[in-house]
Formats: sequence, structure tokens, C-alpha cells
Amino acid sequence: MKNSDLHRQFIRKHRNNKIKILACQIGVLILFLFLWELFARIGIIDDFIMSSPSRIIKMFGALGEQHIFKHIGITVLECILGFTLSTVIGSLIAIALWWSVTLRKILEPYLVVLNSLPKIALGPIIIIWVGAGMKAIVTMAVLICIIVTIISVLNGFLSADEGKILLLQSMGANKFQILIKLILPYSIPNFISVLKINVGLAWVGTIMGEYLVSAAGLGYLIIYGGQVFKLDLVMASTVILCILATLMYLAVAIVEKRINKKRR
Amino acid sequence: MEKLKMKDVSLTYQSLSGETKALEDITFSVSDGEFIAIVGPSGCGKTTILSLVSGLIAPSEGEIFINGEPVRKPNGKVGYMLQRDQLFEWRTIESNVILGLEICKKATRENKEYARELLEKYGLGDFKKSFPNELSGGMRQRAALIRTLSFRPEILLLDEAFSALDFQTRLAVCDDVYDIIKKEKKTALLVTHDISEAVSMADKIIVLSQRPAKIKNIYTPDLPVVSPLKRREEPTFSKWFDIIWKEVSK
Repeated sequence: MKNSDLHRQFIRKHRNNKIKILACQIGVLILFLFLWELFARIGIIDDFIMSSPSRIIKMFGALGEQHIFKHIGITVLECILGFTLSTVIGSLIAIALWWSVTLRKILEPYLVVLNSLPKIALGPIIIIWVGAGMKAIVTMAVLICIIVTIISVLNGFLSADEGKILLLQSMGANKFQILIKLILPYSIPNFISVLKINVGLAWVGTIMGEYLVSAAGLGYLIIYGGQVFKLDLVMASTVILCILATLMYLAVAIVEKRINKKRR
Repeated sequence: MEKLKMKDVSLTYQSLSGETKALEDITFSVSDGEFIAIVGPSGCGKTTILSLVSGLIAPSEGEIFINGEPVRKPNGKVGYMLQRDQLFEWRTIESNVILGLEICKKATRENKEYARELLEKYGLGDFKKSFPNELSGGMRQRAALIRTLSFRPEILLLDEAFSALDFQTRLAVCDDVYDIIKKEKKTALLVTHDISEAVSMADKIIVLSQRPAKIKNIYTPDLPVVSPLKRREEPTFSKWFDIIWKEVSK
């Protein structure tokens, strides 16, 4: 198709706007780092307490000796385990609650209470019941994600069009067929937004769990750094955490794009 | 041959605030290939009759027979067409059309081939691989009709099937659907609040009263069996419209 000059102009404008926004985004980051470094150098802020970009970079170099990849590996493993377990178990529970209205009504008040309970309060109980270690951390992550998963996935199921259910029933469909043919495929977009929320929550749970019990992992490094006043270590670990969380979010976003392409 | 028979059917809905009698002593029968329209004031329980025929709800009293066999539960003998087309957005037109076959576990190669033939025959062959959102409202409604035809139901139930369409499209889709139903020699039960739609399509018109709905009258307009659009041009069309309208609002 031949584009008119007007359309070309429109596209150029659109692209310029995009570049401008990206440039500003990077600019803000650079400005922030620059000011931080500058203030630390001229002594407006104390770089022992506030750290500074250059000290963090130096810390990255030294992290190799701290077995940083072991720490990253452990945290990522805990996070992925928590994320996967809570998504799978939560979805299965949501299916059960969709299936049985009675069960749904019975469990409703419990879900409401558990949802509003700050799960960190269960920390001591978890440690005593499952032991202080990776198990406790994964349990914490699962507890934080699973209630939200159940509630959101179930709401997705229940928002399916009554008319479509009626249509399937009139064809003689049983409950299982309604689940497979309508409810599950219909809920995929909602399910993906649940995944996105869970990525964030799984990180919250994992780091919280590590604060409580761990002997290794990024959460452990942050706590340890805080206790021995090595703020460079705290900052460097936080930066790594930022990168990892972003990567995991992007992974989900890629899955979403794939599915959307298939479904349009 | 008698395709559908409703015998002394009554229905009472139960709710915490009390009982609501929706239908009272509904008796009528539909013979093979007939096109019946049910009209009545809104909220009188027209749709309830379709739910009863499809077996989705059971009557409080009386019985319903399809081909002489009593209806107890949904069994794939009826093809339900709803107000909105209810095509599944994530399925292609082709796969939407065979939905009923999959549900009835009749998705054999011949049956699927039959569904594809229907698509070809009624001008949707080029859209087999398209998704519903790529089709116009009229084409979507036609796809919905083919979906109900593909598993060869005994009776088609049309529940305000055209009322979600704009007027222009609605006239065309009415014509289209009527044409297909007649070509496939299907028996159809149409529920509508649009009297002109009923008069233009039906062989027989059943007029229901206010709730609890009873049959006030059954009319057999002496209009020629032609397409709905042609019927609207008949000189006696407005006479019949008038008769039915007065009966409904009486």
C-alpha cells in the first residue's frame, strides 16, 4: 500500500515521540546516578551510609568472591518454586471452588480473612512447622501468592458469559465440558494478569522469607549487609534483585505476547 | 408429523420471597417443518418456554415431548440461538461451528464435513479460518445458525435472536435465517417481542398473556409462504400485525 505524505508524517511524529520518551527515561536514571555520585564525592551525603554508584560498581567486582552466583541461584530457585507452586495449586483450588457452589460458599469467609491477614505474621509458625530453611522461604512465598491467585482466578472463571454457558448446556454439555470448552480458554487473559501479579508477589514472599530464616540468597545478603553496615553490599544486592524481577516479568510478558498472537 | 408437544405445562419459580407462577396450562403442538412464533408482553415467560423445551428446566406440571419422547434433560435435540451470537472469540468460525458436535461427542469426519458444507453453502466458506471479530454482525449470526444446524437438532429455538442487531441488518438477517431454516427443512420456535418479525416469519403465532402466562390465542395468518421481506409487502400484512398487536396489548 502506498502511503500518503500525511501518513508518513504521522508515523515520523509517532516515532519521534517514542524516542523522546525513551531518552527522557534514560536521562532520569543517568541524572539520578550522577547527582548521587556527585553529592557523595563533595560530601553533601555520607557515602558510608548512603553508598554511591561508584562504590556499588566496585562492590560488584568484589561480589565474585562472595559466591554471588550461588546466592542469586538460591533466591531465583526459591522464587520460581514459590511462583509455580502457588500458581498451580491456587488454580486447582479455584477450579474446585468454581465446580462446587457449596464449597465456595463454605470457604468464602476463610478466604476473606486469609486475604487480609498479613502473611508475614505467620513467619514464626512456618519456621517451627516446616523448619528454618529453603522450605520455610518457599512456604512463605506460596502463602503470599496463593490467596490472591485463588480469588483472582475464580473471579475470572465466574465472569464467563451466562449466555455461553446456557448455549453449552442446551447442547447437553456436562460440567467438565463447560470447564474445558468455555471456562478455561475464556480465562486465559485473566490468568496471564494473575501471573504478572504473582511474579511480583513471589519476590516479596521470597525476600521476606529470606529475611526471616535464610543462610544464603539475596535477601540474606541484604540483611547481612545491613547488620554489618556494609551499605554497598545492600545496594548492590538490591540492584541485582531489580534486574532479576524485571527479567522474570519480561518472561511472563513474552508468554502473553505469544498467546495473544495465537488467539489475536 | 408432530415434532413438539407441550401438554398442560405449568411452571412455578421458587424464591425466598415466595412463589412466582410463570406459566399456566400451556398446551400446543408443532408439526414437522413448521415455523412457530411466540409473542407476548415483556417478562411474561416467553423465554421460559424455550428453556423448558431444551430441558434446561423441568416443568412443575405437565409434560413436553419431542418426537413423542418426553424431555427430561438437555440432550442435544434442540439448537438454541440466543440474542447475541455467542460465538467463542478464541475459536475460528470453523471450530465454532463444530462446537455442538464436540459437545454431543459426534465430531466424526462425516459430521465435520457436513458442517463445512453448510459453511460453503451459506457463503461462509472463505471465512472458515477467520475469527468471529473479523465478521460483520449479520455474518456472525449466520455462523451461529450454522453452529446450531451442524449437529442436526430436531428443533431450532430462536430466543430474540435478531434483537441485538440494528434494524437494517435485522431485516436482512431475518431473511437469511428464514431462508436457511426453510432450505434445511427445520422446525423452528421463535420467541420475540417484535410483532412484525413474528408476522413476517411464522406459520403460526402463539399469543401469551401477562404473567402467569396462558395461551390467549393461536393464529394462523393466511399469508403466502415467501421470504419475510416479501411478506412485509403483502397487503394483508398490516391487517395481521394489527390483530396480533391488539391481542397482545389487550
